[in-house]
Amino acid sequence: MLERLENLSALYANPHRFMKLAARLHAPVWSVALVVLALGLFMVSGVPDDYQQGATVRIMFVHVPAAWMALFAYSFIFFASLVAVVLRHPLGYLAARAAAPVGAVFTLVALVTGALWGQPMWGTWWVWDARLTSVLVLLFIYLGYIALWEAIDDYGRAARATSILAFVGFVNVPIVKFSVDWWNTLHQPASVSRFARPALHADFLYPLLVMGVAFLFLFLAITLTRLQMEVLRQRLRVRQSEI
Amino acid sequence: MSGRHILQALFARELRLVLRGGHLMPVIAFVFICVMLMPFGLGPELSLLQRLAPGLLWVIMLMAILLSLDRMFQADFEDGGLDQLMLLPVALEGAIMAKISAHFVGILMPVLATMPLAGLLLNIRPDTVMPMLAALLAGAPALVMLGAIGAALAVGVRRAGLLTVLIVTPLYVPVIVFGAGALARSLAAPGTLDVAAIAVLGLISAASIFLAPPAIAAALRAGLR
Repeated sequence: MLERLENLSALYANPHRFMKLAARLHAPVWSVALVVLALGLFMVSGVPDDYQQGATVRIMFVHVPAAWMALFAYSFIFFASLVAVVLRHPLGYLAARAAAPVGAVFTLVALVTGALWGQPMWGTWWVWDARLTSVLVLLFIYLGYIALWEAIDDYGRAARATSILAFVGFVNVPIVKFSVDWWNTLHQPASVSRFARPALHADFLYPLLVMGVAFLFLFLAITLTRLQMEVLRQRLRVRQSEI
Repeated sequence: MSGRHILQALFARELRLVLRGGHLMPVIAFVFICVMLMPFGLGPELSLLQRLAPGLLWVIMLMAILLSLDRMFQADFEDGGLDQLMLLPVALEGAIMAKISAHFVGILMPVLATMPLAGLLLNIRPDTVMPMLAALLAGAPALVMLGAIGAALAVGVRRAGLLTVLIVTPLYVPVIVFGAGALARSLAAPGTLDVAAIAVLGLISAASIFLAPPAIAAALRAGLR
């Protein structure tokens, strides 16, 4: 089992081979992302106004997928670091590094759209509520991770140090979530995760899910492009050290 | 020398270094400078300060710990002491614990001891002093262990102080939530101790004492290669 896993990872350990694969994937992934995004936006434009919230309910279709991606990107960084450390796969570090700013921006989008939605609905831009606060903490975890990458000059050192931080942060995120929940709750509980009977009407649910898929592919597409850039940057680093 | 003797000697060396290095005075001065700034920022009204004092003291203590930690491994990194630690015939985790314990005894205990005095300046209610100290004491090990992870990750980095603050502060959220929560409960019902919240703080501290040393050791090894 492990041997097969190692074979699989060895397949793209060669950056040259990975770059060939990435070049082939690049256009399809971006196309899917943009097409699904267009479809999602079209569906959102047909959504009826909410009887309480009016047109502002449409903010949800950006806000909720962005919040999903904020968490997804962090898990992505964690698993990429895990692959890098356990399987000694060089692309893992680069993938984690490539995904970090993307995840941070999705987190920021979730916070900003949340504030824009909160102003008409709750009458305030910001409340110190459990969910808002834990997403804000997540943003700072992202920023600390990015800052650590930037602060250490030596690539190998930076890669190892940031992977340790990714592990520590990943263990900590649920604890932060739990403690902040315990601290203060005003935000509505998640209303999509109840699979049996979602609390969200189908008119809202399907556009939301399509937007979720669109954001997922957007994340993958941007991260792929950034990963190609990281590989090129790595090559440049090697060339420069040769001179 | 057996492993225990080595660790004892290491602890004694670190404690001497901490006490002689003049690290303590600036930390305590930092605590009181922050306390002094609060009335300027919030207004000198004593009843308001009394209500805010426990929470303010938690935040001040947290920042003081963070700022005192950022040189923890830096000096040893610069003079090669860190390489010597790795060559010791004891686990690096043990050597790290010896260092952190010395730091705890030499800097944190004195800072904790000044907290009632800082509280006095903020007009803290006398019956909240003991609950505050209990909560701070229960949470302090977690603050030190998590802070040491940040210090180890930032070892050898220029301007490490700010970076450590950015990395570690999000990790401190659970500790301050339960710490300040315990204090709020004690304020609401004078003279009582929020045992549940303090137990959670102790749990977080115990978990970080077991889980942080491997992370710190890995970070230091990464820093030296």
